[in-house]
Amino acid sequence: MRPFDYQRPAGADEAGRLAAEPAARFIAGGTNLLDLMKLEVETPERLVDINGLGLRDIEETDEGGLRIGALVTNGDLSADHRVRHDYPVLARALLAGASGQLRNKATTGGNLLQRTRCGYFYEPTAPCNKREPGSGCGAIGGYNRIHAILGASEHCIATHPSDMAVAMRALDAIVETVKSDGSTRELTLAELYRLPGDTPEKETDLEAGELITAVRLPAPIGGTQIYRKVRDRASYAFALVSIAAAVRLADGKIETARLAFGGLAHMPWRDEAVENLLVGEAPSDALFGKAADTLLSDAKGQGDNDFKIPLVRRTLVAVLREATGSTQQ
Amino acid sequence: MNTHVMDKPVGRTRLDDRTQDIIGKPLDRYEGALKVTGTAPYSHEHLQGEDVAYGFLVLSSIGKGKVTSIDTSAAMEIEGVLSVVEGDNIPRASAEPMSDGHKMANGGVFHYGQPIAFVVAKTFEIARQAAHLVKAAYEEEEGRFKLSDEKGRARISDGGVMESDTKRGDFEKAFEKAEVQYDETFTTPSQSASAMEPHATVAKWDGDQLTIWSSGQLVSSNTTQIATGVGIEESQIHFICPYIGGGFGSKLGIGPEAVLAALAAKKVGKPVKVALTRQQVYQATSRRSEAIQRIRIGCTKEGRITAIAHENWLANSEGNDFFEPAGVSTVFLYAGEDRLVTHRVAQTDVLMTSAVRAPGEAVGLLALENAMDELAEKLGLDPIEFRKINEPDKNPQDDTPFSSRKLLECYEEGAKRFGWTDRPEKPGARREGDWLIGYGMAAGSRKNMIVPSSADVELTADGRLTIRSSMTDIGTGTYTILSQIAAEVLGLPIDRVDVELGDSRLPSGSGSGGSFGANSAGSSVYVACEDLIAQLAKRLDVDPESLTLKDGFAIAGNRQVPIGEIAGGQTLLASGSIKPGETAENTHQASYGAHFCEVGVNAVTGEARVRRLLTVAAAGRIFNEKTAKSQCYGGQIWGIGGALMEDLVVDARSGMIVNHNLAEYHVPVNADIQNLEVVLLDEHDPYGSPLAGKGIGELALAGVGAAVTNAIYNACGARVRDYPMTLDKIIAGMTV
Repeated sequence: MRPFDYQRPAGADEAGRLAAEPAARFIAGGTNLLDLMKLEVETPERLVDINGLGLRDIEETDEGGLRIGALVTNGDLSADHRVRHDYPVLARALLAGASGQLRNKATTGGNLLQRTRCGYFYEPTAPCNKREPGSGCGAIGGYNRIHAILGASEHCIATHPSDMAVAMRALDAIVETVKSDGSTRELTLAELYRLPGDTPEKETDLEAGELITAVRLPAPIGGTQIYRKVRDRASYAFALVSIAAAVRLADGKIETARLAFGGLAHMPWRDEAVENLLVGEAPSDALFGKAADTLLSDAKGQGDNDFKIPLVRRTLVAVLREATGSTQQ
Repeated sequence: MNTHVMDKPVGRTRLDDRTQDIIGKPLDRYEGALKVTGTAPYSHEHLQGEDVAYGFLVLSSIGKGKVTSIDTSAAMEIEGVLSVVEGDNIPRASAEPMSDGHKMANGGVFHYGQPIAFVVAKTFEIARQAAHLVKAAYEEEEGRFKLSDEKGRARISDGGVMESDTKRGDFEKAFEKAEVQYDETFTTPSQSASAMEPHATVAKWDGDQLTIWSSGQLVSSNTTQIATGVGIEESQIHFICPYIGGGFGSKLGIGPEAVLAALAAKKVGKPVKVALTRQQVYQATSRRSEAIQRIRIGCTKEGRITAIAHENWLANSEGNDFFEPAGVSTVFLYAGEDRLVTHRVAQTDVLMTSAVRAPGEAVGLLALENAMDELAEKLGLDPIEFRKINEPDKNPQDDTPFSSRKLLECYEEGAKRFGWTDRPEKPGARREGDWLIGYGMAAGSRKNMIVPSSADVELTADGRLTIRSSMTDIGTGTYTILSQIAAEVLGLPIDRVDVELGDSRLPSGSGSGGSFGANSAGSSVYVACEDLIAQLAKRLDVDPESLTLKDGFAIAGNRQVPIGEIAGGQTLLASGSIKPGETAENTHQASYGAHFCEVGVNAVTGEARVRRLLTVAAAGRIFNEKTAKSQCYGGQIWGIGGALMEDLVVDARSGMIVNHNLAEYHVPVNADIQNLEVVLLDEHDPYGSPLAGKGIGELALAGVGAAVTNAIYNACGARVRDYPMTLDKIIAGMTV
C-alpha cells in the first residue's frame, strides 16, 4: 500500500472538490478499495472519506418510491421493511451477496462501484487492460470461468460482480450524483455503466470528483419478484449467472417483464428486446426459449465460461416458469 | 529414559482399567478459552510492543528462468526501509517435510511467485510498499506448467512416503482374462491447505543465539531446516510454537519466511516479524499435486475382483522428489490376486507439491471409490454388497494380518443409521421440486503409523503433573488428550495436569502430521507415566501392578497416600520414549471408515448441495470423543470441498496461480454444510501403540468426496471423472 493523503470533508461539495483529481478516490465502507490498495491494484494519492456526510436515510419519494442514501449499508437496506415488502427482488439480491459482516460495512454507492473479481485484475504482475491500459488481457486465453459472455471486447472480458446492482437495474433505479462543481445530475444504470470497449479502465460515466449521493427507486411495480443466483458454493461466492425478475400477469398474459442479469457482462445486463418479446404473450416454454434465444443471440464463450450460455438459458426458463406460475410443457 | 519399542502387541493397561474414567471423555479443549478470547499467542503475536522490524517477501513475476539483476534503489529510498535481503540463499518455497533444509533459489526462478528478495522496514506497511518497488530483471525460459503435457516424461521417484510401485502377480494378464472389466481415467486438481493462520515467523538474536517463533508442525525438523538455511548449529536455535492456527501438512516443512526473517534480523540488528499475505501462502509455500489416475479393475460376473490397478501421474518442481501417494489405499483396501499400483512424477515449473491433509487418500480414493460405485452398478450389485464380496481377510498385497479392521462393521452400522435401504433406485427416481435427491457411499482407509517421540513428566509435591514435549498442537486437541492419557494412567483429576508443548528445548516430540501425532506423542507420555508409577511403587515398596491410582491418591493394600506426598516433598521426574518396532512390519495397520451421503442436485442449475453426511469409523482407542469427532467433522468438510469446489488454478501459459485468495479459491462455507454426523466404533488396536490407538485426523477425509459424487450420480446420472464436480460438469453429465 502506498502512502496517501486522507481527508474527511463535512459536506458533499467539499468532498467533490477534494476528489476532483484523477488520483483521488472516495472511500465509504472500503470493503473492496482497501483490498485493492494493499495489492496496489488501486494506488490513490488521496482518500476522501465520505462517512461524515450523512446520506444514511431511506426516504419515501413524492412519486411513491424510495430514495436510498448512498451510505445506507447493504445490511440496513436489505432489512428495511419497505424494501422487503415493495422491492423483494432487491432485498433478495442484497442478501445473496457477500457475507453478513461485509454487508454491514458495504454501502449502496460503494456496491454500485465495486470492481471486477477477475484474477488477472487482482494480480499486479499479470497483464490487465483494466488495471494497466495497454498491457493486454490475461483472461482471454487464460482462466475465465467467471468472465463475460455478453458485451465483452477484445480488450477486456471482465464481469461486474454486484448482486444489488442487478436488482436495481431491473427496478429502473436512478442514480443521483453531485459533481465537483456542485451541479447535480441523474443517471439510469444503463447510463452509469459502460461496456469495456477499448477503455476497460473506465467503468462508469462518472467524472472525477462526482459523488453518488442516492439511488432512487420508482414506485413499486408489484408482480412476482425473483432473484436467482447460481454460484459455485452456497454462500460467499460471486454469481456465475444471476437473474433479477419482476413479472406481472394480466388475463393469463404477461403484462410486465423486467429482467436483469448478473455474471454475464461488464455491467448488470438488460435487454429490452427480450422483455418486449414476452409482453402480451401467454407464458409457455416455447416463449421462454425464444426469450433466451434473443438474450443470447450475440453471446460468446471464452472457453472456461462456455457453460454460462446453456446455464443462462436453463436458469431463465426456470425463473420465468416460477414467475408466471407455469409448469413444464 | 524409558523407551518402549513397539515390537509386541500391548496387553491390558491402566487405560483399560479406567480407574479415573477420563480417557475418551469428550472434554473441551484445554486451550479453547484462550483461543476464543484471543489470548493464545500465535507466532506473529510475540514481541508485541517491542522494537522490531517487519519483513515482506518479494516474489517473482515469471514462471521459469533466472534473475539477472535486482534493483533495490527505489525501495531503499523509501523512508523507514532498513534492508533488502537478496542473493542466492533465498528459499524457493517451504522446506520439504522432514528435510534438512530448503531448496534454495541460487538465482533461479522455479515457479511463478517464487521468493526472490526480502524487504525489511520499520513498519509492515512500509515493507510492503517497498517490496512493490524492488524491480527484478529476468532471463525468461519456456516453462512447463501443465501435468498432462509433461505426463510422457514422468519418472519413478524414490523420494515418496511409499514405494513408487507395488505389484503382485501379473495384473495385465489377469485383467485381460477378467469377465468384467473397468478402465477409466480420473483427473484431480491441485489444492492448497489454506490454513487460517498464514505462515509467520518472528526472529530474534541474542549474540549468536537465535529465538524463532514460527508456525511449524514438526519442531525438530523445522529447527534443522532453519539451522541449515541460516548456517548455524541447531543448538543455537530456540524454536517456539505453542499455538498453531492449522497446518494440514502445509507447515510440515518450515515456510520460506523463517530463514529470511533470521538472516534479516541479523542484518538489521533487531528482531524481525513476518507473516505471509494470503496470496503469498498460495504462491510461495506448497500445494497438493494435481493428479491423473487410471483405474482398472477386473472381476468375475459375480463381483469377485481378480485384478486391480491404480496408475498415477503426479507433478513436482525440479529437485523435489515427493509424490502424492494417490494409490496408497488401493494396495490393501480390496481383495484381488493380481495387483498393480504405480506412481510417476513429472517435473513442472509450478510451486512445489507436498503433503496436504491425507496425502494420497484425499484424491486417490475419489478415483478408486467412484470406480467401485460404477463397477457395482455395471455388475448389478449394491455398492456395499460389492465391497463386502471383496473384503480381504489379510493384506492382499503381502498376506500380513491386519492389526485391526472393522470396515464391515462400519458398512453395516452406517447403512443402518443412514437408512441406506431407502436409496433411490436409479438417477432421477427421487425429486423434491427442482431438487434431485441421491444417496452415495464410499469406503475410507488411512494407513497407520507411529514415529519416534519423547516426553517428560514432572510430579510436584502438591500433586500436580506437568507434561513436557516439543510435540505440537495444530488445533487438533493435543494438549487435552495428552493430559487425559496422563490423568487416566496416574489417577489424577484432569485439572491437576499441565502440558507444555511446541518448544525445541523440550524433549523431542513427534510433531503433528500423518495422523501419527496423538498416538506417538501420547505413547511417549504413557511410557513416562509408567516410569513414574515404577518410581512411586518403589518408594511405597510395593509392586507397581498392585498400586491403584485414583483421584490423586495412591492406594496399596490398606494404605492411601496423596500421590504428591510419596516422594516426601521432592519433585519426581520421569521420561518416556516410543519407537515403532516389529508390529509395524508383521501386521498391516490402518484406520477404516464408511461414509454415507445424501445430496440434492438442482435439476435446472446443476448446483449440488450435501444434505447429510454420515461417517462411521473405527480408529483404535479414542482418546477424546469430542476432539476426535471434531477432526472427523473437519475431514468431512474437506471431503465436500474436494468433491465440489477446491481447485488451485494455474495459468497454463505463465504458471501463475490465478485464484490465490479465499474469495476465489473456494472451500466450503457454513451454508454448504448441513447435517454432519460421526459415529466412532469401539476398537482397540494392540499392535498400533501402547495406547491401542490408531490415527484419525486424516481418515475422516479419506473417501468422503467419493461418497458425495456417488450420491450426485444417484441423484441425476452425472458421472464426472474430472474434479472438482462443479455445476457446469454436472449439467453436462445429467441424464435426467
